[in-house]
Amino acid sequence: MSRKVWLYGLLCLLCVPFVFPTWWMVTSSMKPIGEIFSVSLLPSDWTFSTYSQVFELQPFGQQYWNSLYIAVVVTIGTMVVAAMAGYAFARIRFPGQNALFVVVLVGLLIPSEVTIVPLFQLFQQLGLTNTHWPLIIVPIFGAPCVLAIFIMRQFFIALPAELEEAARMDGLGRAGIFYRVALPLSRPALGAVAIFTFLHSWNLYLEPIVYLSTPDMFTLPQALTQFVDIYGGPMWNVQLAAATMTAVPILIVFVLAQRQFIEGLAHTGVKG
Amino acid sequence: MTFWTYRRRDNLVGYLFVAPALLGSIAFVLVPLALVGWYSLNEWNVLGGTFEFIGAENYERLLADEKLRDSLVATAWFAGGLVVLNLSLALLLAVLLNQKLRGTTLFRTLFFSPVLVSLVAWTLVWQLMLQPEGSVNGLLGFFGVDGPNWLRGESTAMVSVIVVQVVKNVGLNMVLFLAALQGVPAPLYEAAKLDGAGAWTRFLRITIPLISPTILLTSIITIVGSLQVFAQIAVLTQGGPGTSTTVLIYYLYQQAFQFHHFGYGATISVLLFAIVAVLTLVQWRMRRKWVLHES
Repeated sequence: MSRKVWLYGLLCLLCVPFVFPTWWMVTSSMKPIGEIFSVSLLPSDWTFSTYSQVFELQPFGQQYWNSLYIAVVVTIGTMVVAAMAGYAFARIRFPGQNALFVVVLVGLLIPSEVTIVPLFQLFQQLGLTNTHWPLIIVPIFGAPCVLAIFIMRQFFIALPAELEEAARMDGLGRAGIFYRVALPLSRPALGAVAIFTFLHSWNLYLEPIVYLSTPDMFTLPQALTQFVDIYGGPMWNVQLAAATMTAVPILIVFVLAQRQFIEGLAHTGVKG
Repeated sequence: MTFWTYRRRDNLVGYLFVAPALLGSIAFVLVPLALVGWYSLNEWNVLGGTFEFIGAENYERLLADEKLRDSLVATAWFAGGLVVLNLSLALLLAVLLNQKLRGTTLFRTLFFSPVLVSLVAWTLVWQLMLQPEGSVNGLLGFFGVDGPNWLRGESTAMVSVIVVQVVKNVGLNMVLFLAALQGVPAPLYEAAKLDGAGAWTRFLRITIPLISPTILLTSIITIVGSLQVFAQIAVLTQGGPGTSTTVLIYYLYQQAFQFHHFGYGATISVLLFAIVAVLTLVQWRMRRKWVLHES
C-alpha cells in the first residue's frame, strides 16, 4: 500500500514539467499582458480579445491553412512513396537492390540542415522560393522520407511469405499483391509513419524561414514568432493565444485516439 | 506465365517501386551533398556576389576558427547532456508506467503530450516561463529558492535548452522503452527471484540486456536528433549568452544565412555530416558488443 502511494506521488511530481507548460500556455493566453509574469494558475481577469488580435495582426487563418495542407499532402505523399519503396526493398528481389538501399539510407545520416544551402539555390533557380513547393517535395522524396522507408521495410520483412504465395496462386501479380495483400496488413506501420511525418512537417521551422518571405505564405511555427507591437516588442499574450490554437486541436485528436496512437508507434519501434 | 517472365516482371515492378524514393534521394540528398562538398572549396559571398575557387582555405579557416571550437564544445555538452538525461528519464518513466498500477494510461498520455505540442509553441512557452520573473522562478520561490536568470547565464542557458528539449521529446523514447519492457518474458524474472536476485540485480542483469536493442535504437535516434536541434536554440537563446549555446547547426545557420558566407557554411555542413556519419557508424558497430540479440 505504501509502495503505491509512493509511486503515485513520484508520478505526479514527474508530471509537473510535462503538464504545467501546456496549462500555463492556455490560461495565460487569456490573461491581461501585465499578468503573464505572475504565478497564478488561472487569470484574475479573463480576456479573450487576444484571440481576435491573433487574426488582426497576421493572416493567421491563411497561415493555419498553409501548415495544415502542407502537412497533409506531405503525410499522404510520404506514405505512398515509403510503402512502395519499403515493400520493394523488403519483398522483391531485383539486381542491385542492396546497393540501391544503401544509396537511399544515406539520407538517414544527413540532417536536412546540411543540404539546405544547395537546396535553397536549386529552388531559387527554379523560381520556387516563397512558394510551398520546397516544403512539400523535399520531405516526400528527400531525407525525411528515409526513416519512413526504413520503418515500412522492417514491417514488410516480418510479413509471412505464405500470404504472398497464396495470393500469387490466386493469380495476383506483384503490384496486386502489394496493393491487395501487403498494404492493408501494414496499417499499424503506416499509422506510425503518418504520425511521425505529420508532426515533422507541422514542426518544420528552419526550412520555412529560409524559403518563405511574405506573411501570407508563412507556416504556423514561423508565424508564432512574429507577434510584435508597433514598437517591435513581443506581444506575449497574443503569442500564447496563437500557440494555444496551434497546439490544442492536435492534443484533442491525440487524447481521443491515444491508444492506437501510442501502441502503433511502440510496435514499430520494437521491430525497427 | 513462366517463371522467367514472372521474374522479369518482378524486377520491373521492383525498380518502379523504388524509383520515386531513389530519384528523390539523388536529387535532394546526394546531389546537394556533392554540391556542399564543392561549395566548401569556394569563397562564396552572396551579398558581394563573389564565387571563387579557393581550394582548402575554408578548411584551414575551420581549423583556426575559435568560435567553431566553442561551438563544438557546446554541441558536445548539448548532445551528451540531452542523450543521458533523455534516455535515463525515458527508462525511469517506462519502468514506473510498467508497474501494476491503476491510471498508468492517464500518466502515459500526460508524459507523451508535449511530443504533440507544436515545437515553436512549446519553446515560446518555456521562453516566457524561464524569464527572471517567470513562473519557473515563481514556483521555486514557493520553496524559498531564488531562481537565476535562466537564459542569460552561460551554464543555466545550456541546462535550460537541454531540459526544454528533453521534456518535449522524452515521451517518444518512453513509449519505445515501455513496449520493450512489456516484451521481456515474465518467467525470467520469476526464475531470477527464486535464485535470490534482488530487484536491482534483476533490472541490471535481465531487463537491461533484453531491451538493449531498443536502447541502441533510441540512442542513435536521440544523438542524431540532438545535432539537428535548431528551432529551440533560435527561439530560446539565439546561441547565447556569448557562444555558450551556439551548437553546430546554429553556427551553420549564422554563417550561411545571417553573414551570407555560403562557402564557409558549406564547410561547416561537411563537418556536421562527418560527425553524424561517424557517430552512427560507431554506434552501429557497438551493437555487436553490447546488444544481446538482434531481432
